[in-house]
Amino acid sequence: MQRHEMVCIGAGPAGLSAAIEAAKNGVQVAVYDENDRPGGQLFKQIHKFFGSREHRAMERGFDIGKSLLEEAQSLDVQVILDSVVMGIYENATMNIMVKDHVEEVKAEKVVVATGASENMIPFPGWTLPGVIGAGAAQTMANIHGVRPGKRLLMVGSGNVGVVVSYQMLQAGCEVAVVIDAAPEVGGYGVHASKVARTGVPFYMSHTVKKAHGKDRVEGATIVQVDETWKPVAGTGKSFDVDTICLAVGLNPMSQVLRMANCEMVYVPSLGGNIPAHDLNQETSVPGIYVAGDVSGIEEASSAMIEGNIAGLAIAHSMGYVENDPFHEQRDGFLESMKGLRAGPFGEKRAEGKRMLLEAMKG
Amino acid sequence: MYEGLKKRGYISDEELKSAPGIPSAERRRKGPVAVIECIQCIPCNPCEASCKVNAIIVGDDITNLPHLDEDKCVGCASCIPICPGQAIFVVDDGFEEMRSRVMIPYEFLPLPQEGDVVTALDRSGKEVGDAEVLNVRKKENMDKTAVVTLAVSEQLSMGVRFFKPKK
Repeated sequence: MQRHEMVCIGAGPAGLSAAIEAAKNGVQVAVYDENDRPGGQLFKQIHKFFGSREHRAMERGFDIGKSLLEEAQSLDVQVILDSVVMGIYENATMNIMVKDHVEEVKAEKVVVATGASENMIPFPGWTLPGVIGAGAAQTMANIHGVRPGKRLLMVGSGNVGVVVSYQMLQAGCEVAVVIDAAPEVGGYGVHASKVARTGVPFYMSHTVKKAHGKDRVEGATIVQVDETWKPVAGTGKSFDVDTICLAVGLNPMSQVLRMANCEMVYVPSLGGNIPAHDLNQETSVPGIYVAGDVSGIEEASSAMIEGNIAGLAIAHSMGYVENDPFHEQRDGFLESMKGLRAGPFGEKRAEGKRMLLEAMKG
Repeated sequence: MYEGLKKRGYISDEELKSAPGIPSAERRRKGPVAVIECIQCIPCNPCEASCKVNAIIVGDDITNLPHLDEDKCVGCASCIPICPGQAIFVVDDGFEEMRSRVMIPYEFLPLPQEGDVVTALDRSGKEVGDAEVLNVRKKENMDKTAVVTLAVSEQLSMGVRFFKPKK
């Protein structure tokens, strides 16, 4: 059996930030990730981030990924790739499939930073090649340099939908239209505006009725929906597109947490069933912490701060950080977080996070 | 609020009037000045620090909208590539008798060349006329966001916000 002081599941922005903060304070850390490269979604993010200038605003995601990896390396954080955590058992014992064999790993503290998976919506023709997730479109264009299609229809106007639409335009695709079943654009207006000014129309209160094509997508029909989400007869419109890109929300990947019996709370504004956690990011199971999208869908900036908090709290609980500096630093992180969760976009997430905190108090 | 932005994806003229980052017509005629088309309270403040003459104020609460002090602003355009939302432009209505200058952030390749005539687009992507590319700035510290200066007819300076190459 291998032993680590701290194991982090997931090498995205949250996991790496947790690892860095803990290692900085003297904790020995191993990070496992199922992918063949670290960084989570950061290396697909070619746009400049929002936020406070103290917290990496206006840096591009892939540059942030590079600097997190360098920092982790300089602190001797072990990053082990191609590794799937299959199960988490009592006393933070884990079975991890590392490449072609299973290892038993025991940690004193675990940070679960597994991120999220994309939601899909079914419609006639949705299994045709050419219907893809927005994440796949980003992977193709921004990691592999492959254009996903010539002309695409984007379903979803949240930040993922509008950011990926813009990136597809940059990759040389034509974006025929951005649609959303909701009556209003869900993402930041400035992201939408970057897309709109290139000539892409936005159709709110519209959904996909059907994908056309025999062997692959050759077109799509969309239809207007009313306030009760029912299609309005006679409002169908067809588009010649070879790609239908779905950006219809994310769902926390919380399987290992449920397996470990962490208390889960249903919070729609955070993306579904979310592990209850306290201000230190610790779940109802002592020693298991969460950070990033798995603890509620937000964005990379808050994921990194949550990671910092979890890493710091672990270092403190293991005796590597004194009480006073711990409280001082944690309060600093919480204060920055407050800024990110303010305003019309952040308030609902802040409210969701309060529900999770309440659940911890019983 | 947000009627245009939330429904169509771009800011309506009414919404623009309410934004605290829009300089007066009088100020625009005096020379280059920043036009900050930021109307949603999102947590973001890099523009404030990018301004060397303290003409942009966000304040401690980073969800505040950026306010423009139009008398302090010198139209240097440092804020344009800094804004992650590409929502800051510089407009100069004092450029020529009949033409204004509009500086816009641009993240597409190939970049236009000085002297090119391109098709000017408004916020909705509608073609509104021709524009001449006067200048293309692209420095290391702009982190891959170019700033393209267009000359457009004067009445279009508050309308043109993008362009496309002529076919």
